[in-house]
Amino acid sequence: MVAVPDPLRGLFPGGGIRPGSLVAVTGSTSLLLALLSTASADGAWCGAVGFSSLGALAAAELGIGLERFAVIDDPGSQWTTVTAALFDGMDLVALRPPARARPVDLRTLARRARSRAVALLVAGNAEGADVRLHAERTRWEGLGAGHGRLRRGSVEVRSTGRGSASRPRTASLPVGPAPTTSPTTVHFGRAS
Amino acid sequence: MSSPIRTLVVHCQDWPLTAARLQPDVPAIEVAQHQVSTANPAARAEGISRGTRLRSAQQRCPDIVVIGVDPVRDARAFEPVLTALGLLTPALEVVRPGVCSFASRGASRYHGGDQRLAELTLSATVEALRVAGLPTDQVGIGIADGPFTAEFAACSTELLHPPLRIVPPGGSPAFLVPVDTSVLDRPELVDLLRRLGIHTLGAFAELPAPQVLDRFGIDGAIAHRLARGMDGRPLLLCRPDTDLAVQIELDPPAERVDIAAFSARTLAERFHDQLAARALVCTRVAIEAETQTGEQLVRLWRHDGALDAAAIAERMRWQLDGWLNGTDDRPTGGVRVLRLVPDQVCLDEGVQESLWTGSGERSADTRDADDRAARALARVQGLLGPEAVRTAVRGGGRSPLDRITWIRWGDPREPRASAEQPWPGQLCAPSPATVFPRPRPVRVTDAGLAPIGVTGRYLVTATPALLTIGSNTPEVIEGWAGPWPVEERWWDTENSRRRARFQVLTVGGSAWLLSVENGQWWAEARYD
Repeated sequence: MVAVPDPLRGLFPGGGIRPGSLVAVTGSTSLLLALLSTASADGAWCGAVGFSSLGALAAAELGIGLERFAVIDDPGSQWTTVTAALFDGMDLVALRPPARARPVDLRTLARRARSRAVALLVAGNAEGADVRLHAERTRWEGLGAGHGRLRRGSVEVRSTGRGSASRPRTASLPVGPAPTTSPTTVHFGRAS
Repeated sequence: MSSPIRTLVVHCQDWPLTAARLQPDVPAIEVAQHQVSTANPAARAEGISRGTRLRSAQQRCPDIVVIGVDPVRDARAFEPVLTALGLLTPALEVVRPGVCSFASRGASRYHGGDQRLAELTLSATVEALRVAGLPTDQVGIGIADGPFTAEFAACSTELLHPPLRIVPPGGSPAFLVPVDTSVLDRPELVDLLRRLGIHTLGAFAELPAPQVLDRFGIDGAIAHRLARGMDGRPLLLCRPDTDLAVQIELDPPAERVDIAAFSARTLAERFHDQLAARALVCTRVAIEAETQTGEQLVRLWRHDGALDAAAIAERMRWQLDGWLNGTDDRPTGGVRVLRLVPDQVCLDEGVQESLWTGSGERSADTRDADDRAARALARVQGLLGPEAVRTAVRGGGRSPLDRITWIRWGDPREPRASAEQPWPGQLCAPSPATVFPRPRPVRVTDAGLAPIGVTGRYLVTATPALLTIGSNTPEVIEGWAGPWPVEERWWDTENSRRRARFQVLTVGGSAWLLSVENGQWWAEARYD
């Protein structure tokens, strides 16, 4: 079972991504990166195919180990061969299929991922996905009217799927550094 | 058991610092991962040694010159020395940039004795360094039975004039008796020996060999043989019947190092697999490169079973770089054939430690996973070209785009700018998950759709109310912050940039990182 961040565990039957399953993720890149983060922090290799504007700094902040993260931003017409080649070495593969991807290609890739026990995360709607995650809304706090800065976000995720995942579930994924519980105080003069 | 081969070792002290053309009297250090890896005599006089943390070194000596690890620079600078010494002997072997060796018995007989040979080698090395404009007083020559003893002899010539040390034949065990165990370069074994009260090689050599093998394993047994003045591994006396050389033909011939180096990796893996399949390990590997005009460059590198495929590929890269980009003796054609030939094979006893690649201890599982991943990525590079697979390295900079350097998979993981430098104006976490490789033009307007700007004193001309991206309908801005000034290179009239950054949150829940420069607004990234 591939580990996922604690807030998202309730969305998956079994508490994590079953190796070889197909997860469709829509609505938020942070959600996709967060799904990779726990496994990557534990030492897993992750590959991303078809993503041309990934924020690697955000990935690192979420916990992804950049030295075990390879990105292929434009595989062109060979996207199926390239993704299949990654299944031999990666533990998780994130894929953004081209706009005109045929459903049969995705099904073939999903079958191959299952046989190699690699978790395949597709950014977009993939038919036949075992679990579908949709980020309905992201709430950001910290910005006022001309002051402050983005401090924390919260992604509201809704999950559906096949089989035991068919009952819709929701969860909230925090993004950003955890708030400090006490305000920082500055002491002037001698420390008491 | 064969007796060790009489070897001459040329040792250039603190070679990375010499290659960087730093004088030995100015304190200087080479740093790898915030720790000192090489310190020159002036730095050592200040109390800085290998392993000191960079910060402590800079505290002790604020003016110290710091350079980073660059094996290509070291190898390229060492090329002239290797070319000059190649005239003295055909079988010159490179241990690492700065240290080379060769079997001295034949050359010694030819030139009239060990002393004469050592003097000739010293003058050839010094002359090569002088012509290249490098400092010449850091060289040491050692002749002894076996490369380990000879290398130690060459290192110990600091206070000798001329810097030669010749250990008489059969005198290695006696020579090694007072030497400290740290010379073995096996930190765990040395630490264990110290705790058992064994501080010198002589004391270690006195332990009975079967008990050493039992207690310390095969690597300890190899170290024990070295301490007794013998070869680490006994050589196979018969030649293997199959030819173990592997070669690859480059079509079209490669003119640039990186193209040739890319094929080097596959070749190194084949070489490795072939040796492993026969349970053999080689003491040396000859890396041969041939151009389309027939010029050949052959270099012997010390292997000792300690180099994995990546390390061999790295050495091929250094050698090709030194040859193709060197100042003299450059080949006239592109590289057509690359060949790897194992030399002095012996049976593999199961020790696969990377002594020279410097990587930390990794378990067998992670090594397997890393190898599988590397192979899969190399396959994709084979399909789409080496530029297609990239990985990110964190470095210095202000914006989410600057702070990440995207490098080709397989290249050294070095950021464009150092994260150690101060970067005022850096944005705090959380960073945006979508960063546009090229910023997209947007429009930020007030409620009446009139454009907004930022004055020279970094004040907005009106409250931002609407954000228009492309041809979409304008979105209402719910929250915003800024302008945060970004002035880059203000001292450089041609390249200076003045921008202001904003974070903007729309009612629809999308958050953007915007910047404005000369009245034009851009979306740099999206927090999604």
